[in-house]
Amino acid sequence: MTALGKLLRTTAFKIIAVYLIVFALFAMAVIGYLARHTQALVVSQITETIDAEIKNLQEVHADGGIGRLIDVIAARAQQPGSNLYLVTSFNGAVLASNVTDIDNVTLSRQGWSEISYRRTDEAADSLHDSRALVRVAFIGGFRVLVGRDIEERERLREILATPARWSLAVIVLLGIAGGVFVTRRVMKRIDNMTATSEQIMRGDFGGRLAVTGSGDEFDRLANSLNAMLGRIENLMGGLKHVSDNIAHDLKTPLTRLRNRAEEALRKNQTEKELRRALESTIEESDNLIRTFDALLMISRAEAGEVRKTMIDFDAAEIARDVAELYEPVAEEGGLKLGIDAPDALPVRGSRELVSQALANLIDNAIKHGGTTAGSKVTVAARKSGDRIQFTIGDRGPGIPEADRLRVLERFVRLEESRSRPGAGLGLSLALAVAKLHGGDLRLEDNSPGLKVTLAIPAQPVQTKGT
Amino acid sequence: MRLLIVEDDREAADYLKKALREAGHMAEVANDGDTGLAIALDESFDVLVVDRMLPKRDGLSLVSDLRSRGNETPILILSALGQVDDRVTGLRAGGDDYLAKPYAFSELLARVEVLARRRAPNSADTVYRVGDLELDRLSHQVTRGGEEIVLQPREFRLLEYLMRHAGQVVTRTMLLENVWDYHFDPQTNVIDVHVSRLRSKIDKGFAKPLLQTVRGAGYMIRDGAR
Repeated sequence: MTALGKLLRTTAFKIIAVYLIVFALFAMAVIGYLARHTQALVVSQITETIDAEIKNLQEVHADGGIGRLIDVIAARAQQPGSNLYLVTSFNGAVLASNVTDIDNVTLSRQGWSEISYRRTDEAADSLHDSRALVRVAFIGGFRVLVGRDIEERERLREILATPARWSLAVIVLLGIAGGVFVTRRVMKRIDNMTATSEQIMRGDFGGRLAVTGSGDEFDRLANSLNAMLGRIENLMGGLKHVSDNIAHDLKTPLTRLRNRAEEALRKNQTEKELRRALESTIEESDNLIRTFDALLMISRAEAGEVRKTMIDFDAAEIARDVAELYEPVAEEGGLKLGIDAPDALPVRGSRELVSQALANLIDNAIKHGGTTAGSKVTVAARKSGDRIQFTIGDRGPGIPEADRLRVLERFVRLEESRSRPGAGLGLSLALAVAKLHGGDLRLEDNSPGLKVTLAIPAQPVQTKGT
Repeated sequence: MRLLIVEDDREAADYLKKALREAGHMAEVANDGDTGLAIALDESFDVLVVDRMLPKRDGLSLVSDLRSRGNETPILILSALGQVDDRVTGLRAGGDDYLAKPYAFSELLARVEVLARRRAPNSADTVYRVGDLELDRLSHQVTRGGEEIVLQPREFRLLEYLMRHAGQVVTRTMLLENVWDYHFDPQTNVIDVHVSRLRSKIDKGFAKPLLQTVRGAGYMIRDGAR
């Protein structure tokens, strides 16, 4: 595509072309309107003059009869630059005139007409094509024609037409030049954007679109594209982080699995021992599957795919339900589970994911909060401003402030021994679920213990601009 | 029971067929969607086990096609996609149950057996009886040997589900799905704790335990003497 072709195809150029056409039409309309009115003025001046002349001639005829009338007309006809005159008897004989070649139709009736004529002093083959506005009046049985050349009117048309053409040409030229200028400027910025995006597409996710700081629509576009790129970069980073972690953290159980299978094969084992080895292999692979499922669920929540299946549900009911599900477990561990979710809290979201997140948090609280007998785990769901807050508190050892961000990452577990079951994904999932719903997850000191707050908006999340 | 397995992975299909035969069931295998649909329309089965991703015709289209032709055979959809929304689309297409791969065979067997019996008329009964245990679904009364047992609402629903499938193995996930309506992994033995609470209410003090743990599979309620 040539540079010109490219220019002609741009939206900016098309818009300018449309404006140009509209503006030119408007200018032409104004000039046309002016021309018509000026011409009308000229014509009305001519008719007024002729009317006055005829009136004057009627008075002359009344005063001095036909002889006097013919004398006056003949005299007036001789004057340089005079009007056009013609007097004939009723049967058509010319009595006095300075014009010839007047057709009989014009003369046969009284009134106005526009005709072509020739002055008597001009050669018969003169190419001079003159037109005149004439009025015929019958005065005392004679036909009197008084007229005036309308060359003036034509000349006026010329006078107006020439500058009109020129100004139109100037408008078009200026318009095109302006269009090219503006389009090139716009195109330059768009080309820059295109170049940057192509560079980003090639894999440089750190690249950002230039923002000029003028706050115009391109800056706004660049800003929102940059925000989008930031999000993509985060997701990509998360993905890389996850793959690294998966590789690292899944190798351990896989190795264990392999070792057990190998050991079962190696020694001379009794059937009972073989059976036990197989059972523990299955158990180990079930744990792996569980970990994979949790990872998948986190990445799906992070990618926002679940939004399609979001429904309206009561957050308080979910809190009560999940707490009730875990209540016997807490009791077995010597803990009391207190539930405080009295009011209905309508919310729109993924019921499954929110309940899974709550289950993870309550499960954590029961696992880690059970140091002293009779200590309590509290589950609360309340509305706070425009948000719904699930609060799960325990009386366990808590999490040191320095570690509170770190534990949200995948596979991070604080106990070095890793003696308790779990893969370190529970809080990561809760965080991903909170973010999916446009909320957040906070870890705080419950003095003593840990207080986890999962907050999600009470109203459905609305996209900006709708 | 006669089953049709529509699964393109031959090894998985053969394994299923063999395991089902060991459990006393007959199974046919189709390796792609078109063949599966043809056989399912041609012959009569108690349950269809349909993989979601199949060559020629995918599992969901097979299921909705069967349903649109008025075939009401219970269908268990198998899939490597185990997330909530996949389950929803699977059930919407006309599947009766959904099981994510990889699964434990005991889980599949329990679900298939429940599906096969779903058509049995006893689901319309208002009173379930197992031995001397009685559950009245209308008055929400539970008695054993004529003596009333007081249950929490959730315990009642748990017992109701177990008794509706009396004599059948019911897995922990099936209980979580059907009694609590959750499809997530509870991570801990929550279901076990609920079941043992229920057991202490209905079996404690009686000579014959009705609620049994099926090792490696789940739970079953039945009159042991029968």
